[in-house]
Amino acid sequence: MRGFIIKEFYHIFRDVRTMIILFGMPVIQILLFGFALTNEIKNARIAVLDHSKDDVTMEIINKIASSGYFILDENLSSESDIEDRFREGKIRLVIIFEQNFAENLLKGNKPGIHIIGDASDPNTASLLVNYALAIIRDYEADLIINQASFNMIILPEPKMLFNPELKGVFMFVPGIITVLLMLVCAMMTSISIAREKEIGTMEVLLVSPLKPFQIIVGKVAPYVVLSLVNAVTILTLGYFVFGMPMQGNIVLLLTEALLFIIMALSMGILISTIAKTQQVAMFISLAGLMLPTILLSGFIFPIENMPVALQVLSNIMPSKWFIIIIKSIMLKGTEIVYIWKETLILILMTVIFIGLSIKNFKIRLA
Amino acid sequence: MRTLIFILNKEFIQLFRNKVMVRIIFVLPMVQLLILAYTATYEIKVIRLHVVDLDRSLSSRELTGHFSGSPFYRIVNYTNSNELAERDILANRAQQVITIPADFEKDLSTGGIAKVQLETNAIDGAAAALMNAYTLSVIQDFNLNLLVESGGIIAEAPIKTSWSFWFNPELNYKNYMVPGILVLLVTIIGMFLSGMNLVKEKEIGTIEQINVTPIKKYQFIIGKLLPYWIVALVELAFGLILAKLVFNIPILGSVGLIFLVAAVYLLVVLGLALFVSTKTNTQQQAMFLSWFLLVVFILMSGLFTPIDSMPQWAKVITWFNPIAYFVEVIRMIMLKGSGLADIMRNLTLLIVYAMVALTVAVWQYRKTT
Repeated sequence: MRGFIIKEFYHIFRDVRTMIILFGMPVIQILLFGFALTNEIKNARIAVLDHSKDDVTMEIINKIASSGYFILDENLSSESDIEDRFREGKIRLVIIFEQNFAENLLKGNKPGIHIIGDASDPNTASLLVNYALAIIRDYEADLIINQASFNMIILPEPKMLFNPELKGVFMFVPGIITVLLMLVCAMMTSISIAREKEIGTMEVLLVSPLKPFQIIVGKVAPYVVLSLVNAVTILTLGYFVFGMPMQGNIVLLLTEALLFIIMALSMGILISTIAKTQQVAMFISLAGLMLPTILLSGFIFPIENMPVALQVLSNIMPSKWFIIIIKSIMLKGTEIVYIWKETLILILMTVIFIGLSIKNFKIRLA
Repeated sequence: MRTLIFILNKEFIQLFRNKVMVRIIFVLPMVQLLILAYTATYEIKVIRLHVVDLDRSLSSRELTGHFSGSPFYRIVNYTNSNELAERDILANRAQQVITIPADFEKDLSTGGIAKVQLETNAIDGAAAALMNAYTLSVIQDFNLNLLVESGGIIAEAPIKTSWSFWFNPELNYKNYMVPGILVLLVTIIGMFLSGMNLVKEKEIGTIEQINVTPIKKYQFIIGKLLPYWIVALVELAFGLILAKLVFNIPILGSVGLIFLVAAVYLLVVLGLALFVSTKTNTQQQAMFLSWFLLVVFILMSGLFTPIDSMPQWAKVITWFNPIAYFVEVIRMIMLKGSGLADIMRNLTLLIVYAMVALTVAVWQYRKTT
């Protein structure tokens, strides 16, 4: 048994190329995504169609351009240019000022500003329109305060819990850990077992005195070690480079990570009992796991926003539960009492996967 | 030419005789498209709110009523304990907590400023900013009501602002995501099927048999890549039909143009796949390397998060990301009806990319065998 595990370790670690990818990948990904990915919108290119070109419109345009959200790309001269500019895809927003703006404002005639967003990207469009509106409101508020007729009665004091600077990396670190563990565990195991079947070495293993259980433990042991190393690397990077806090108990976190790893491994084994060739194993784990793990787990898009049917479906994604666990422990500092449900679900999934694999595992090959 | 046809024939037979694989290739991507198109939205439907009312007065109840009356809020708990609120936040039952202090009504009636504390779970920073803004505007609204009731002067907005959304007036997120997901599915098929197939011959050893036949390198490579190029394009056609029939996504531009860009784009993908297969010896390695490339390409493509807000160095990286070009172009053509002139820059870059990728890959291939 020990000899078999050692053989498997050699088998994986002698493959330098895979090793480099395996250990280099998490580092590169976390650095790349941590710095590059953000849901905030900065520096969106906009165009202005100013029919008035007076002091007030200049002032408002300056206020918009200096807000940090927008870069003024160009001044349009006619309405017919708008559609062309959108079609070229360079600008995201057009702000139109009506004629005689300053004069109308002075007379109290309520001059108009019209904002057009390129809603082929609806997220960005609605955010940008709201940003622009807020800036204009701000300008209005300044005008009103000068007339001193408006005062706040209830003063809200907003406070952002757990992530006061609203950093995007707090979402991505847990997500990337989950995606990577899923890949390394589920994909690598399923493929490496399918490989033994495909090449024919599985028969050699099956006629050996090793029990099927021992064969499988031997196969997955190296991946457990690999994945734990990866998880620790990512957590360390998140902590030192991106200032992810570690509020909770690190032992609890690593235990949960180990549970998730075992879950993913048993899933990989289950896939390999179904798939005959590496290609099939890869496609099931890739197509079946990659996009759902990214999209249905709350990694990028909040699950609460999805239609009810998909919210129900997301419950069978192990990654969803693990992401909740990581966030709770790292960012909120919660104890096991708050996440026992999620933990139990992961344990249950593991048991089901192992049970199904044992049922499917055939000692004889067709 | 005859040799080429034989090779192509062999590849197609190999591809289609594996029934499981055929099902995976054609059914799985479509199922994914159907499901995943619904997931990708940042739109917040409901905010789970915990109200801590330490005042228990008419005014505090009125403020609470303002929230319970709004379809955007669900009041999960109405208590007078900060600890219970904290517990709800920790257990994810509540996303926001409003604390109304004990002297709320007294402060209001004496004309002073009544403070209300608003706490938001900000782990998801983008969502938190939105929730915060929603709630602030509800409180603002409540303020205005109070002003009107107390006979105060209503401050009217001096500027009339209006807005409109072009190309997608209802802000339908599926219109935005479906074209992007189509690109992904086509890419995954092209990249993995072809790359793995080549390496498989290496791994099993059959490549040596082919190497000793009079088949020329270019015939072999075309024979290996062309089938997947065709399969991916067929896949795209299926996807577009689904997008039209199921999601009713507008296709304003020319379908022919989409396929033209897709055809060029797939050459890039196949070139990359070929390159990966020259650098690897086993299917496991090939898969791993492709996976790595793909995850970087996907997340950096502007598909989920805007490229505009990336730092400059990251934008430079996206210049080398074929997915970023195709995602941008397919959205432009489908949603805005952009024509050849509008997408010329992206198309030219893709053509250059395809030539470079294929040349390097073929050159590398010759050296290794």
